[in-house]
Amino acid sequence: MAKKIVEVAMPQLAESLVSATVDRWLKQPGDMLDMYEPICELITDKVNAELPSTVRGKLVKHLIGAGETVEVGAAICLVEVEAEAEASAEPQSSDSPASSSGEAPASRPAAAVLPAAGFDANAPMRHRYSPAVQRLAAEHSIDLNRVPGTGEGGRITRKDVLEAVASGNAAIETSPAAPTPAPSSAPAPSAASLAPMDPKIPVRSSGIHLSESPRIPSIEVEGQELPGRGEYFIDVTPIRNTIATRMRQSVSEIPHGWMMIEVDVTNLVLLRNKLKDEFRKREGINLTYMPFMIKAVVNAIKDYPIMNSVWAVDKIIVKRDINISLSVGTEDSVVTPVIRHADQKNISGLAHEIDDLARRTREKKLKLDDVNGGTFTVNNTGSFGSILTQPIINYPQAAIITFESIVKRPVVINDMIGVRSMVNLCLSLDHRILDGVICGRFLQRVKENLEGYNLETKVY
Amino acid sequence: MPVIEYIEAIRLAMKEEMERDNDVFVLGEDVGLKGGVFGTTKGLQQQFGELRALDAPLAESAIAGVAIGAAMAGMKPVAEMQYSDFMFPATNQILSEAAKIRYRSNNDWDCPVVIRAPIGAGVFGGLYHSQCPESVFFGTPGLKIVAPATAYDAKGLLKAAIRDPDPVLFFENKKCYRLISDEVPEEDYIVPIGKAKVMREGTDLTVIGYSMPLHFAMQAAEELSSELGIEAHILDLRTIQPLDRDAILEAAAKTGKVLIVHEDNKTGGVGAEVGAIIAEELLYDLDAPIRRLCGPDVPATTFHAPGEKHFMLNKEKLKTAMLELARY
Repeated sequence: MAKKIVEVAMPQLAESLVSATVDRWLKQPGDMLDMYEPICELITDKVNAELPSTVRGKLVKHLIGAGETVEVGAAICLVEVEAEAEASAEPQSSDSPASSSGEAPASRPAAAVLPAAGFDANAPMRHRYSPAVQRLAAEHSIDLNRVPGTGEGGRITRKDVLEAVASGNAAIETSPAAPTPAPSSAPAPSAASLAPMDPKIPVRSSGIHLSESPRIPSIEVEGQELPGRGEYFIDVTPIRNTIATRMRQSVSEIPHGWMMIEVDVTNLVLLRNKLKDEFRKREGINLTYMPFMIKAVVNAIKDYPIMNSVWAVDKIIVKRDINISLSVGTEDSVVTPVIRHADQKNISGLAHEIDDLARRTREKKLKLDDVNGGTFTVNNTGSFGSILTQPIINYPQAAIITFESIVKRPVVINDMIGVRSMVNLCLSLDHRILDGVICGRFLQRVKENLEGYNLETKVY
Repeated sequence: MPVIEYIEAIRLAMKEEMERDNDVFVLGEDVGLKGGVFGTTKGLQQQFGELRALDAPLAESAIAGVAIGAAMAGMKPVAEMQYSDFMFPATNQILSEAAKIRYRSNNDWDCPVVIRAPIGAGVFGGLYHSQCPESVFFGTPGLKIVAPATAYDAKGLLKAAIRDPDPVLFFENKKCYRLISDEVPEEDYIVPIGKAKVMREGTDLTVIGYSMPLHFAMQAAEELSSELGIEAHILDLRTIQPLDRDAILEAAAKTGKVLIVHEDNKTGGVGAEVGAIIAEELLYDLDAPIRRLCGPDVPATTFHAPGEKHFMLNKEKLKTAMLELARY
């Protein structure tokens, strides 16, 4: 008949006891044991007792010597039993911590092997993003589609994102992290955006969307056609997701106020018409209205620095550097690259900077640095023909101003009616920081600056 | 530094405080002549006399009531509930009198009482010698509750509790008494009430708990580290009221994966509050659902061994839960 070796464990002899000492072995290796026959004598803090056998068989080996102390549950000796006794002996051995902890680890390492570098894009948990993962991906501009997931079911874990940040493998190249406030605007200096400004012809400016047949936004091409359905789906791209998140954050956190002012830019139109051909020859780029507009805004911010601030709940942080965020729209998104230290640049310098940022935006070559650090946003909404917009603040800035289409209109001057080139400026403001009086004064100063341009104004 | 048992740390804390301050005295069932049913107060009556190591009748409400009255009169009593299971007759004294007297008297009265009670199962004590009653007292303003897991913390927290001007419940784990030994300095020290302690540094998951189950967590963490390279971050709350919010948030943010463990049953336990604190403050740092591994929602452990084994947390249960969360 088959034989089997089982362990006899140290029992718990009384409550609160965690260990016991073998005082004397009553059975030696080779001795036969009957059920309940004393094997040894035990000493504990509380009681001294004989240990009865829980099996019938032959004692094979003492695992501890007389006088040794072991924890409750530890094996103290081995007994050879008949196989038919196995059924009753089995639980005895598997109950002892020594054997159960022995087999558990053995089964685990295999399952712990992490997925290889390649990953299954359709794993069940692949697109279940935890809050930590989403936050880190947004903060570090990580494209989660390119991050391998090592979690259960292919889930991307926080550690996976941190790894991707460290390795730089999955960064979004065009840095769409920049929040963008207003409805999409065209590249500010786009040559086609403003019609020639001969005062003899209508000056209604037209945006690229009016002068070109618009391309089908590439985003729709990615949509999934569902035959036979009256609708179809467009996948939300990371940049669309970022825009959506930041817009919602701005609208839900910032109490928006809104103001509009009308400016007579007839002299500015004349000035630009006088300079533009010469400028084009000398500088190689178009001279648009935007650098004049930005210069006027920057000089007004210098007079009213509170416009250049951030709400910080218990305080208002006023920024010394004036970094102008410029809304630049592409067919399917809008980003806000930044003109740093805009107050230290002349009109020509601004023109170059605007041209450069707009070109790099269209070519998707912006770096993260190009979109961070803006303190005030200017949006050339006039480029797509609008005369009135209600922009959303570029969070966490304090205000955003738009420059609408220049339109020729009859205006009363000194009780006479004249045809003047007029433009609307629209301002959305964080009403926690700014009130009507200060913003009214600010807009008046922008207006004065714009109306102050004349044929003598220098662009250098 | 000498290595001493958890129970000896508790005994020494009382002995040293009684030597330091004549107003400190102990009372409870069998604490005097016998030196306590577990031996926690051994030698105190011989050293300090019958009036400072009082054998009380089998009436927990009276033990708590006498201690509270003595505390209000200027003494610093350390009352022992022989098992925390026997504490419920004293609940009204503790909740209605000790916890409220400072508030109720507009600061005219205070109650610097300490009530010690052994908690926890795993010693074949059955229903009435095994319970964890923390959740009965938890959430009661005016009470402080500590539950040390190591000998060092047991001594330091008991000294802090005795010196504290307000009522403190001291839940000592009876399974730790002789199972847990660690280094305890000979010189006087306290462990501040309300401060948690990081027991182990790690980056893969965070385990937050108190008392005995932390030792299972530590054993499981060592195995996970050596077998799979998984590093657990383990936070010992030490004080469960007031909770150390900053330490909880820091530990949770460290890994974004939180497992809360305690032997008291899951529903309405301390872990529920810890989980709620994390959920309120740290949504954007969480990388996995907050998990709890606690005693089952049954009245108490059974007396028969397989039932108790099923009821108790152990290293294997901790290891399984920790591995699952680490892999999530």
